[in-house]
Amino acid sequence: MASHAQNDGAPSPLHRRSPPRVLLLRKPHHFSLINRPLPDNFHFLKPWESPLPFDDFLSSPDARAAEAILTYGGAPVTADMLRRLPEARLVVTASAGLNHIDLAECRRRGIAIACSGDAYTDAVADLAVGLLIDVLRKLSAGDRYLRRGLWSSEGEFALGSKLGGKRVGIVGLGRIGLEVAKRLEAFGCAISYQSRKKKPYVSYAFYSNVYELATNCDALVICCGLTEETHHMINREVLLALGKEGVIVNVARGSIIDEKEMVQLLVQGELGGAGLDVFENEPSVPEELLALDNVVLSPHTAVYTPETLSDLCDLVVGNLEAFFSNKPLLSPVLYERTGCSAGIGSVTTTKPDSVGFT
Amino acid sequence: MDSIGVLMACPMSSYLEQELEKRFHLFKFWQVTQKPQFLKEHSGSIRAVVGNAMAGADAELIEALPKLEIVASYSVGLDKVDLGKCREKGIRVTNTPDVLTEDVADLAIGLCLAVLRRICASDKYVRSGKWKKGDFKLTTKFTGKTVGIIGLGRIGTAVAKRAEAFDCPISYYSRTMKPDCKYKYYPSVVELASNCHILIVACPLTLETHHIINREVIDALGPKGVLINIGRGPHVDEPELVSALVEGRLGGAGLDVFEQEPEVPEELFGLENVVLLPHVGSGTVETRNAMADLVIGNLEAHFMNKPLLTPVV
Repeated sequence: MASHAQNDGAPSPLHRRSPPRVLLLRKPHHFSLINRPLPDNFHFLKPWESPLPFDDFLSSPDARAAEAILTYGGAPVTADMLRRLPEARLVVTASAGLNHIDLAECRRRGIAIACSGDAYTDAVADLAVGLLIDVLRKLSAGDRYLRRGLWSSEGEFALGSKLGGKRVGIVGLGRIGLEVAKRLEAFGCAISYQSRKKKPYVSYAFYSNVYELATNCDALVICCGLTEETHHMINREVLLALGKEGVIVNVARGSIIDEKEMVQLLVQGELGGAGLDVFENEPSVPEELLALDNVVLSPHTAVYTPETLSDLCDLVVGNLEAFFSNKPLLSPVLYERTGCSAGIGSVTTTKPDSVGFT
Repeated sequence: MDSIGVLMACPMSSYLEQELEKRFHLFKFWQVTQKPQFLKEHSGSIRAVVGNAMAGADAELIEALPKLEIVASYSVGLDKVDLGKCREKGIRVTNTPDVLTEDVADLAIGLCLAVLRRICASDKYVRSGKWKKGDFKLTTKFTGKTVGIIGLGRIGTAVAKRAEAFDCPISYYSRTMKPDCKYKYYPSVVELASNCHILIVACPLTLETHHIINREVIDALGPKGVLINIGRGPHVDEPELVSALVEGRLGGAGLDVFEQEPEVPEELFGLENVVLLPHVGSGTVETRNAMADLVIGNLEAHFMNKPLLTPVV
């Protein structure tokens, strides 16, 4: 069998070598939730099974031999960690967000990153639409009303607001934002969006800043990654611009919205409603929201369907196998993105002898 | 026109009441204690009835109103109007099609998402403080699920269009196969139910479609199947549905309508896999105003001898 040219230090094909060592930063709950065993052609290092505290575990010979790191949102990959793992050449994150990874350090070290690709897209987009419909049409509130016996005793339930014709602003038009837009178009919504750069090949109206977007929309759906720039990007000003009838849906990260301000405006009636799957300090949810009928609260469930987790596990395994077989990553991260988003117009194919990013 | 008597069958819209009072002599039937006496007294002046999904004009009422010329329903469904009797007596009947199509279709998809993704149940989970103790369970993805629609009229078609945006393969049952229709046709409801994950009722309520969702259909839909009813309560054999849900023989249900509204079987209240709504299909400010305008428009047209806007009879 002809051997193909390899860069110095590139890993040998998977079947010809001992199982690559992969450091797990957290228990792989995406696998355990669907009773999927970890693949046996890798050697997984499990810090929680060691008597050593995590910091000491990282210094152990076992960990130092780790060639890849498998992480999840919330388990950070820091510069310090990477310095202590000289053999690590790949980070696989089972998340769409990348804010927990020191991207600059990875880039400096030539470490490839694989993320969740398209595995989460549909489930998150579905939930965003579901939350928007629930808020506008008062589904959860109506269900509560009925189960409390109020339909019989109080009579007709309150009227909701029509979804068709609403101007919906998508904040962040990555994979998820695009799928939200596509769905909402079928309901007759008028779509516009904000993102750092205007997207070519997209016909939706573009706004370069969220304040202007909010001013021109009836609802906002937050689909962008969390970065320094987007932290508290949805502030009091933006929410006031959305208005008394305005609705905000967040399926991204809690801290993209200034939660305290949002709660105050909701309580004061300055904001029409909210559908929230994420919060600044999960699983804590501001008490004031629990008393409101015009909010729908979801315990960060956007990706948690068995179909989605199965796709995600396939992708994690697929990325590991691809990398260690010298093949292009299935879902590589492009360094200029904030999220695992190829978007329209960018190319993600990689050359066979490189490690997966352009 | 303010001498024309209009009888409103039940409360439905204060906006509509206001507008009717401006133009006609409005009688509010639900405020009448002695109905037979009232009808005798006023039958000479009542020339129109305004009904809705809850109450309309049955044979008895029609017979009691010899001057009745038009029944204008604040709904698209006409199961509460004796259409045969109206035809017999030359009484015109109008409804409110099109203006509510989108809202009802939106609600159908909203119910699909709410049931499959347990949106209402997880909202309750958060409000009860349970999230602090542990994560919510896995739910079912909606995108890509097979959707079967009973009745491919205005509303059924609008539901299909929305479900397609979620990559749901669409199939349908109706009395006759639609030519040039890209969706898969099944000649019976049982076959449709056997071949879809989510079954949506979107047909009119008639003698033929009464209890169209029966035990056999529910069994065909199965323990993972979901029923969405945005039609009329009597489309479903409700006791059968309740026992199937309670016993786990049916996966879930999203119900906007019930056989004896506003009564809802209490056995459903403890279930997490159902979403129960108090008949809100067309219940938005925008649509109810449009419906009211259509009722007024039809009545005005009739009494000015102009063509009706949305006649059925």
